[in-house]
Amino acid sequence: MKHELIPLFVAIPLGSAFLISLLGKRLKGLADTLSNLATFSLLFLSFLSITLVKRLGVVVYKVGGWIPPIGICMVLDSLTSFMLITVNLVAFLVTVYSISYMERYTSKWKFYTLFLLMLAGMDGVIVTGDLFNLFVFLEIASIASYALVAFGVEHEELEASFKYTVMGSVASSFILIGIALLYSYTSSLNMADISRVLTEKGNSRILSFVSGLFIMGFGLKAALVPFHAWLPDAHPSAPAPISAMLSGVLIKALGVYALMRIFFNVLGISSILSYMLMSLGVISMVLGGLLALGQEDIKRLFAYSSISQIGFVVLGIGMGTTLGILAGLFHLFNHATFKSLLFLNSGSIEYATGTRDLRKMGGLTAKMPVTGYSSLIGSMSISGIPPLSGFWSKLLIILAAIEAKHFIFASIAVLVSILTLAYYLKVQRLAFFGELKDSLRGIKEVPLTMKLSMIALSIICIFGGLLLVPGIQKNFLSSATQALMNGNNYAQIIFGSIK
Amino acid sequence: MKTEEPGMSLIVKTITRLTVGLILLYGIYIVTHGHLSPGGGFAGGVIIALSFIHLMLAFGKELALKKLNQSLSSLFEGFGAIMFLTIALIGFVGGYFFLNFISKGKPFNLFSAGIIPLCNIAICFKVGAGLFAVFVALTLLRMNGKKG
Amino acid sequence: MIYLMCFSLFSIGIYCILVKRNLIKIIIGLGIAEYAVNLFFILLGYRLRGRAPILAQDQVVENMVDPLPQALILTAIVIGLAVTVLVVAIALRIYEKYGTFDITKVKKLRG
Repeated sequence: MKHELIPLFVAIPLGSAFLISLLGKRLKGLADTLSNLATFSLLFLSFLSITLVKRLGVVVYKVGGWIPPIGICMVLDSLTSFMLITVNLVAFLVTVYSISYMERYTSKWKFYTLFLLMLAGMDGVIVTGDLFNLFVFLEIASIASYALVAFGVEHEELEASFKYTVMGSVASSFILIGIALLYSYTSSLNMADISRVLTEKGNSRILSFVSGLFIMGFGLKAALVPFHAWLPDAHPSAPAPISAMLSGVLIKALGVYALMRIFFNVLGISSILSYMLMSLGVISMVLGGLLALGQEDIKRLFAYSSISQIGFVVLGIGMGTTLGILAGLFHLFNHATFKSLLFLNSGSIEYATGTRDLRKMGGLTAKMPVTGYSSLIGSMSISGIPPLSGFWSKLLIILAAIEAKHFIFASIAVLVSILTLAYYLKVQRLAFFGELKDSLRGIKEVPLTMKLSMIALSIICIFGGLLLVPGIQKNFLSSATQALMNGNNYAQIIFGSIK
Repeated sequence: MKTEEPGMSLIVKTITRLTVGLILLYGIYIVTHGHLSPGGGFAGGVIIALSFIHLMLAFGKELALKKLNQSLSSLFEGFGAIMFLTIALIGFVGGYFFLNFISKGKPFNLFSAGIIPLCNIAICFKVGAGLFAVFVALTLLRMNGKKG
Repeated sequence: MIYLMCFSLFSIGIYCILVKRNLIKIIIGLGIAEYAVNLFFILLGYRLRGRAPILAQDQVVENMVDPLPQALILTAIVIGLAVTVLVVAIALRIYEKYGTFDITKVKKLRG
């Protein structure tokens, strides 16, 4: 196992996307097999990357052989491999799901091309070690997602996609201004190099301006309140596998991960920033939870719930303590699995019954057992019922808040957890239990591949709590936390690992 | 009683016949000298696409599509992308991703600087074909009225 | 100063996005904002009394403007082009479905 596998994370989805765009229309079935093969190999490579990081420490790959800071470098440390596993796991299961779901739409090969491009962009954001490269991959993933939201060209999807595109481009402009100002201040674009220069030069007013710009830009990508307005329109209108990808991994890889990387390792966290992140997180939690209570469209409810849960993650990470970051990262992984499970469930409901309105559903568990039970597991997990995975991560966040003496935030977190339980119980009662309506008598269970992904995700939800077992935790979560807590030592580590 | 002719007036058509080849040649010049003077793949690709669009504007849709129809431009686009990725991957197998493995000749010559001219040509294919396909798709959508 | 002009161009673009009601004017505002950011980035690389950063056989390396932002902004311009193309295609289809370009009438999603 050498360190050459790092560029493969970008090269494999890019290559498959281009191949599918060339050949997908002529050869039937090529798009399915090639994309599933690509995502499966990516998942396998991400598991390999954990062992690689454990064996070699931080791995730095110089693209083209140019030594950083002159050249672009790709960095693989434990936070990177943690995010890679999250993204590729969800991507693989979603690809398996869309083999049968996307039969309803025309031109499946276009879907797979855009999907693999989005995956290449996300993997690139996670793996890169250079700021402008981050911006380019961010844009690749964003543009692919703008196109995917408008995939089935109905009224709502076009309107949602238009709003999402305009807001996302404004956010990217803010990020580009921030990168420009940072470049003019430090005259370098490599993340490790900027971190080294900033520790020498010290603080100045321009850094606070740049931090504000980055919070605005990446906060919109991560759907923090008050930048969340695109999410309740974009996520329901997209086809179900894309909603799962968007809500499950895109807002995390593009928004939360980039925020973490830049604020902890490059700029250096300060107490003002920490308070700002925590308050933004708390506002998102409360607002998302309250707005989710009144929804009747099942996917729109899940979208507001995403805003709320990302608030939890940002609260945990914004605390800056070891337990807080550990809790935030664990909740990030959990939310990726159960939110994508819930969106895939809503997709199969839509596939079978043709409606997304909660008032028109009822008693679906009798006819669709796999969907019903996996949705039950997902809802219980996200509300924090022991011993499913969501309980452990929410408990850790509340404990971390109490430990850091933010008692108000901890009590708000407890209240929002109860709120989450409330609206998920509403979903379960209206959709799955109760009387089967007459209009729904003829529905059947969904096809095999859709069932497989849902079962796989629910198994991960059930056993997710095992990640806290000390043997597994040391490799996976704790080392990821350590990578963030290193802060400005990032520079020394990177420069020390260049061979 | 004159019948409706596609495209623009006779003056425009005559001038286009003279200049469109020169525009294409200029675009190819900018692409191949990308490592010596400003320009490179993207700018040259845009100019080459512009020559085809010029043809479509002056002569109407049918004639331009006869020269370069939609499936051929998609083929070029994908081909350009795969060529670019292959160049990167060949470097990957040898040493590093994007390693400059072809011999760099004397500087300031036309055949120098390793893989950079090849990358420029690949990008020119992709950008040119892509821009032309986009233009055709946008105007086709409007011309067919309320198409779904 | 020049940076102030870039900032005012950017704010004109943001004003267009927020206030105008026609879809096409919003797209133009988005374009203006993006080009303002690109202009700002290139102007950052200016050195006093510098020349264009092209190496020819008889020139020396000193006294050139910074070429790195120029290469980066090339990428950013291409990205802006791709976004513009995508959003114009979406706007065309919105016109087909809704029959109007007015954004106050394109509001089917509520709540």
